Amino acid sequence: MEITAIYYLIPSLIMFCCGVYGFITRKNMIAMLISLELMLNAVDVNFVVFNRFLFPGQMEGMFFTLFAIAIAAAETALAIAIIINIFRATKNVDVRGLNEMKF
Amino acid sequence: MESVGSIITYVIVVLAMILFSVLAVTTRKILRAATYLLFTLFAAAAIYFMLDYEFLGAVQIAVYAGGIVVLFVFSILLTSKPGDNSEKLTSKSRALGLVASVAMLGVAGWALVARCANYAVRPAMEAPLMSDLGTTLMGTGDGQYLLPFEAVSVLLLACIIGGVVIARRR
Repeated sequence: MEITAIYYLIPSLIMFCCGVYGFITRKNMIAMLISLELMLNAVDVNFVVFNRFLFPGQMEGMFFTLFAIAIAAAETALAIAIIINIFRATKNVDVRGLNEMKF
Repeated sequence: MESVGSIITYVIVVLAMILFSVLAVTTRKILRAATYLLFTLFAAAAIYFMLDYEFLGAVQIAVYAGGIVVLFVFSILLTSKPGDNSEKLTSKSRALGLVASVAMLGVAGWALVARCANYAVRPAMEAPLMSDLGTTLMGTGDGQYLLPFEAVSVLLLACIIGGVVIARRR
């Protein structure tokens, strides 16, 4: 059995679809953020797999993934700061309860 | 031809990745979702190691598993009581999510199988050396990444200031 690129791409696709499912069905904002991380991570795996299988001597996909990880960390930190601030104002983190921008 | 050991490793890692990502979005306890996310990230790091990108796997474990998941756990404990269940999904929202994700799985999976099924087997590659990584990250020439590196450092500074300003008690 040869492990070709498709054997890595399909699992990362499944992971991405799990992220889509969670992002649509979850109502808790932190759970939505977790689904978002799943999607980001699936895309990172895709970058690395294409880099490894199609252009093995170069490092473009790897560096895209490095920068994507850094940006994901920054984005998560800010989003959690916003969520905690919202929790302080309204005492919940449920997206259905948030229909005003200014409290 | 792959060795039997690498095939077994591959199967275990991929099954763990799929299983834990499904569990992360279906469990009703939010703290468990964060834990399953941690295992999914570990599986992704294992895939990076299997594809010979050791540095990337280490970064994935250090930043994602060590940093982001800890942030998640802290914010979960700050915003909800441990042991809380999220309420049951309505059948409408579950149907919507299932239709969206399964449709996407079908379309993208068909496109992948039709287009990429005969991609080459894994070509031989030396694992990139740390010195190559350093010069690529710090160089200004063709295909080198000094400018994005500096941009990311400014972004992280902005993120620190923004986090302090947003979460500060007024």
